[in-house]
Amino acid sequence: MDLASFLIQCLNSLQYGLLLFLVASGLTLIFGIMGVINLAHGSFYMIGAYMAYALAPIVGSAFGGGFFATLFVGLVLSVVLGYVLEWVFYSYLYEREHLQQVLMTYGLILVFEEIRSLLVGDDVHGVQPPDILTGTIALGDVMTYPVYRLFISGVCIALALGMYWVFSRTRMGMMIRAGASNREMVQSLGIDIQFLYRVVFAAGVAIAVLAGMVAAPVSSVYPGMGNSVLIICFVVVVIGGIGSIRGALLAALLIGFVDTLGKVLLPQAAGVLVYVLMALILLWKPDGLFKA
Amino acid sequence: MNPEDRSKLMFVAAAFALLALYPLVGGEFGVDLATKIMIYAILALSLELLVGTTGLVCFGQAAFFGIGAYVAVLLSPQDQPASIAWLLPASVAAAGLYALAVGALSLRTKGVYFIMVTLAFAQMAYYVFHDTPVGGGTDGIYLYIKPVLGPLLELDGALTMYFVTLGALVLVFGLLAVLLRSRFGRALAGIRVNEQRMRATGFATYTYKLAAFTLSGALAGLAGFLFAVKDGYVNPEMMSWHLSGALLIMIILGGLGHLRGALIGAFAFALLQEFFKAEAIFGDFAKHWHLGLGLVIIVSVALLPRGLVGVPGQIRERLVGRASRRAETVEVGHGQA
Amino acid sequence: MARLDAHNKTDTGDRGSEVLLRSQGITRRWGGLVAVNQVSLDLQRGTVHAVIGTNGAGKSTLINILSGEIPPSEGRVELLGRDVTAWSQPRRAQAGLGRSYQRNTIYPSFTVQENCRLAAQARHPHPWAWWQRADRCPVSVAAARLAAEQAGVQDFMDRPAGLLSHGQKRQLEIAMCLATTPQVLLLDEPLAGMGAEETERMLALLQQLKAEHAILLVEHDMDAVFRVADVITVMVNGSVIASGTPDDVRNSADVQAAYLGGH
Repeated sequence: MDLASFLIQCLNSLQYGLLLFLVASGLTLIFGIMGVINLAHGSFYMIGAYMAYALAPIVGSAFGGGFFATLFVGLVLSVVLGYVLEWVFYSYLYEREHLQQVLMTYGLILVFEEIRSLLVGDDVHGVQPPDILTGTIALGDVMTYPVYRLFISGVCIALALGMYWVFSRTRMGMMIRAGASNREMVQSLGIDIQFLYRVVFAAGVAIAVLAGMVAAPVSSVYPGMGNSVLIICFVVVVIGGIGSIRGALLAALLIGFVDTLGKVLLPQAAGVLVYVLMALILLWKPDGLFKA
Repeated sequence: MNPEDRSKLMFVAAAFALLALYPLVGGEFGVDLATKIMIYAILALSLELLVGTTGLVCFGQAAFFGIGAYVAVLLSPQDQPASIAWLLPASVAAAGLYALAVGALSLRTKGVYFIMVTLAFAQMAYYVFHDTPVGGGTDGIYLYIKPVLGPLLELDGALTMYFVTLGALVLVFGLLAVLLRSRFGRALAGIRVNEQRMRATGFATYTYKLAAFTLSGALAGLAGFLFAVKDGYVNPEMMSWHLSGALLIMIILGGLGHLRGALIGAFAFALLQEFFKAEAIFGDFAKHWHLGLGLVIIVSVALLPRGLVGVPGQIRERLVGRASRRAETVEVGHGQA
Repeated sequence: MARLDAHNKTDTGDRGSEVLLRSQGITRRWGGLVAVNQVSLDLQRGTVHAVIGTNGAGKSTLINILSGEIPPSEGRVELLGRDVTAWSQPRRAQAGLGRSYQRNTIYPSFTVQENCRLAAQARHPHPWAWWQRADRCPVSVAAARLAAEQAGVQDFMDRPAGLLSHGQKRQLEIAMCLATTPQVLLLDEPLAGMGAEETERMLALLQQLKAEHAILLVEHDMDAVFRVADVITVMVNGSVIASGTPDDVRNSADVQAAYLGGH
């Protein structure tokens, strides 16, 4: 493999890793802060991708908007979806055992898959990136790289920085962190923990949906995409350490590189490599790389 | 034997008797379905040993099932029948070995991690068979000639397969029932309730858990062997996490902590699946059977905390009061069959 | 008479009885915090050695280190003459160390009988005898009966442990500790939440057990401690500030200032 190809694969790894981080951070947050294992998290990613496909014509004819307008509408819808879901379903899971959470959210996956099937069908679709983001851009003299993929990485980085800022610099972030370590205390201080959880959950859903929407042009839109991303996200969270955003970032990038480069260098072993990596890391650190 | 144990034994004996008689009334489809459900029941029992007895929530049971099945097919020669006498132990041993390896690593983790790690290791096995030519990739492989036990037993006929499976189910059930009241079984129960106390008393809990994990994997491999021989075909979907999830639902639907719960749950779940798939009832909508199933899963986990096994108790509670419930939850060292 | 030693050591050498558990220089750090600082204490057969101190004094950490649940950052633990510092908790339990917990660690859904029997099974595990019923194991059943009688719960053998009164549960906790016939008992607040009558019963039990065992008692109930203890070690912020007979401790100015509020 020559230098240009290698660099391209590295950028691809980075982009995939960042996307994984985005989805995994929602998963680890929801578990770290609310103590809920949400198997349906991958479904939100799938919903995002299908939204990118299905909403585009609607947004186009109703508002005359393009890709970014669709993104915005999808974001708004996902926040509403997350808010309602937490209120109607997830808030009942906080007190339950992990096994029950696993099974109830598993049931939810099935429900989401079928609702999607009823609304949009089971076909595989492609989504076009917006015109200003198509094409390639030259990176130095060595190579050219698709603009859209850079856009994806950019969005992920922006969101990651946004999350960091909210958690460490805002009052809301502080309350969320406090609520994660001591729910009763926060409540007795007069802070509405229920509202807080709803906000966190809605944010987690929105991030996953956005990731799906943004990824749709490069990964295509197909029925099983939620499940595949979910399991990889589990591996990210296990390697990174449950509840740790730092860990999720490091683990996601690690997996991004191992998986992408693996597919190029050892195509037959590629699927297994990520799990071998997880096994090795667990041998060394059974609780993952970082604590929450 | 106290009255409670006696009624449990009678229930189980009746269930097995019914199963033994079923081929008289069941048609070809019914016998085939019942054989499949019994194999799932063996799988569910293997998982009950981990989840209900020891408190280890394993989300990767399908991997051991699949490995048992694949080994049965891969080791069978193309041109003549293999002998069950070595093929069956080989399948079981292969599954048990993978369980030993996975368990040794996974049991270093706890709680949520453990659930996720077992899932991930099952995915690893899935990808090995899905992506590589080892097992024929996504197409799977066929078992052309079914194994035999000398001149005594040929597994070609559906009825033979049915009764061999029923026999295996009774054997596994009996084995686990005896195991659960043994010292080993009681130690597992103690680990589930309070592992810290067990360690403080002097039990090397990791070793006990690993033994349970390995045995559970081996039993799942037995189910895999039966499945491969029954259909003569294996493919990677046998290791899919959807099956692992379905197994967890079966034992929770039936009732955790009870062997007969695994039995009840397997039948209830499989029949529910057939119900939702039935075009006769749902017409075109039958292809969206996952929806009904998903809703039933959510509702049953939410509303039936003790599973179907606990329903008589729940009804009694409503009618009579709480005293009768306490009596049911006492374990006097007889294990829970 | 014991001396108060400025180097955080207890010295009851004149008794001449067997030291069953010896710990030297036990230190435990969590990041920058020193939870236990250079604590040495000995447990001798026939004595009750009480460890008292304010909340956060490091008593729980100390008992966790002695029982093997957490490793020390520094220091040495010797059980019956052997260095067990690197031994796991189950291994120490097998070697004769018993522990009871502050919060109940009984098995509520099992009967009292089964609670004791399962604990006794640890000394007679035989996991490979899979066809034999555990509840008919003569060794563990007999040991369970004995332990239950010692702790005073023999009248409730068939009752589910979760239905016992709080005091009875604490007794059961002790019974489970005794079922493995340990030589050293580490008791973490056995009197917690007990009424007057139950406390009397428990103190009588401790007096009885004292003869055969070496007992470490972590407790907050000062009256009880001063009645039953032969040696008292006082900890504040992880360090030992005094150690000796109850009289020595009662009269120590350090202790009065730091803990007893001055008399």
